[in-house]
Amino acid sequence: MELPEMKYPLSREQLLDLYYFMRLTRELDEQLVRLFRQNKVVGGLYSSIGQEATSVGTAYTLEKRDWMAPMIRNVGGLLVKGFRPRDILMQYMARSGSPTGGKDGTSHFGDLQERHVVSPISMLGDLIPVMTGVAMGGRYLGQKLVTMTWIGDGGTSTGAFHEGMNLAAAQRAPFVCVVENNQWAYSTPVARQVPLHDLAERARAYGIASYVVDGNDVVAVYQTTKEAVERARRGEGPALVESKTMRMKGHAQHDAAVYVPPEMFEYWKARDPIARYETWLTERKVWDKKTKAEIERRIERELKEELEFAENSPLPEPEVAERGVYCEGCHTIEARWERPIEQLQPPKASVQAAWTVSDFGGTNGGGAAAKAHAPEAAEETKPAAVAAKAAAVSTRGANGGTKRSARAAARPKRRR
Amino acid sequence: MAPVTMIEAIREALDEEMQRDPAVVLIGEDIGVYGGAFKATEGLLAKYGWERVIDTPISETAIIGAAVGMSYQGLRPVAEMQFMDFIACCFNQMVNFVAKSHYRWGGPVPMVVRGPCGGGVHGGPFHSQNPEMWFVHTPGLKVVCPSTAYDAKGLLKSAIRDNNPVLCLEHKFLYRRVKEELPAEDYTVPIGKLAVRRTGRDLTIATYGAMTLHTLEAAEELAMEGIEAEVLDLRTLAPLDREGILESVRRTHKLLVVHEDVKTGGVAGEIAATVNEQAFEELDGPVLRVTSLDAPVPFSPPLEEHFLPQVADVTRAARELARY
Repeated sequence: MELPEMKYPLSREQLLDLYYFMRLTRELDEQLVRLFRQNKVVGGLYSSIGQEATSVGTAYTLEKRDWMAPMIRNVGGLLVKGFRPRDILMQYMARSGSPTGGKDGTSHFGDLQERHVVSPISMLGDLIPVMTGVAMGGRYLGQKLVTMTWIGDGGTSTGAFHEGMNLAAAQRAPFVCVVENNQWAYSTPVARQVPLHDLAERARAYGIASYVVDGNDVVAVYQTTKEAVERARRGEGPALVESKTMRMKGHAQHDAAVYVPPEMFEYWKARDPIARYETWLTERKVWDKKTKAEIERRIERELKEELEFAENSPLPEPEVAERGVYCEGCHTIEARWERPIEQLQPPKASVQAAWTVSDFGGTNGGGAAAKAHAPEAAEETKPAAVAAKAAAVSTRGANGGTKRSARAAARPKRRR
Repeated sequence: MAPVTMIEAIREALDEEMQRDPAVVLIGEDIGVYGGAFKATEGLLAKYGWERVIDTPISETAIIGAAVGMSYQGLRPVAEMQFMDFIACCFNQMVNFVAKSHYRWGGPVPMVVRGPCGGGVHGGPFHSQNPEMWFVHTPGLKVVCPSTAYDAKGLLKSAIRDNNPVLCLEHKFLYRRVKEELPAEDYTVPIGKLAVRRTGRDLTIATYGAMTLHTLEAAEELAMEGIEAEVLDLRTLAPLDREGILESVRRTHKLLVVHEDVKTGGVAGEIAATVNEQAFEELDGPVLRVTSLDAPVPFSPPLEEHFLPQVADVTRAARELARY
């Protein structure tokens, strides 16, 4: 094995794990297409082909205690966080055994207790304030957690994105937002949506760290995102990671994506994340043909079992539609405290309720930002140090240029 | 015990719940140092600190979103809308994220959204609205509208302890106009139960919020004319106490619904339909409505007075119904 030096080392087992999850995501995707053609999928089918490295590489940075919320193309993330292919199959087939019991489809499910996954809604951007809140709540309880969600290039134009990112920044919440730039918001290209080359530039407006990474290079995605995650875990605030990738299918199965220039598909096909990673693993002698074949057989066997399980699950009983509008004692709400509660009760919690405005907001105030009364108010932001740390992570930009590679956009607050 | 106003009762509820349960946190605009636009949270930052009383940017969507997120951690956040009109800014979070979470995937949302609603204080079109029916129409949410200091405190406590998202619509006209002595001990008011404010045999008048005051005043006038009205204070609009309403109608055989919300799509229509479906044989007259006009809430005093239901509108409708 001849591995390059990595700031966040990955063992052989982990490297093969990344491959397993990417390949499983792809095979599951293709299985779903077959089911769609057999009329077994209820409603639309949203492919994540071409985006496996982004979804798997980012989610793989999370620990068990961390929280995530998937978007529609983050099947890979769901698998990494411990959901099984059967869950996704049954969601798409609207079966009673699905995590939502047939009440919702696609990736719209979660698990608060074990896997720490929050279900998305179809409206883009709304997960950002929600995952900011999960991060704030976790910090409040004394948990050293990080929360993560994804948003497409299109979703960064929503008001909820802005409100959420700004609140996360103001609160210095341990939250990482992955902008999964797959080049297309349904049929509209990025350039028509946002006059920026790098969507990561949006982070500058929030005064938070940002990174750009080649989203089809799973190792780079992991390294860059891990930097953002650990930084957030240390209490250095939220980050925005732009992962440049490509949606290789239409918005959903019905959409042939004829609006995508054919050369663009060719460009990205040559950069397929799975094929690239296979080469990477082979060149570095992480695996051999035998190992690859074993993983393939494992996936084939697992998917066969998962599909059989899913197809045996019946459609839900109609009366299920009436149940569960309200929680009527079916859930016990309990916070997991990892700090002494006395800290949050008077007299220990009591403070002088007054603002301090260090430079009075004038142009000659010396540049210090108003003291943030966020929980970690004692810590001042250190933009220079943060930028230096972030810049230490070296990744190759999707456009081939290294100058656009991972970097922090945490900059001095006053710009003139 | 000295009598307390509704706003003081709300503050007591928040204070006592925060004392009782460290999972209760407050989030909203200007609720900390300033103590809230109506001073509902005055003194709570000093007592409980920055982590439990969170001043936010002007971002209603982020306020609700963050509250949902905190509730997923097992906390019980209470979000303040500075004016309930602004809940329109976070409508998507409310109806799509909050309301559907438990039903869709079993993610309970034990959070409260509270704040001032209603007119009669010349607040104009954006500081006077009654947005209850936007949410009553959305399964998964509970909506309460207290009319007394006692209920404001007891319902807010119930809301905080509830495992579901509850909207507490506090009528700002009542904040400092109603006052009463409250029990020294902890108490709650159940969500989903109306209160009979006045008994009477001739007709039932169902109402809620600030209109409870007007309706009780009208009932006194009617009594002098020999018409005995039973006044129901609904207190909760979702889930509606349908049985409580039907029970009263089965005794009086006549029903008038009074609300400050506009007529079309107001809860009166829902109540009338329920009575039609379940107690038609009991009715001795049509179900009548006294409501605001189907218009935005206008600013200038004579316009707003014309827009809002007045005591005379209630007595007029009640007399008409009594004649059947």
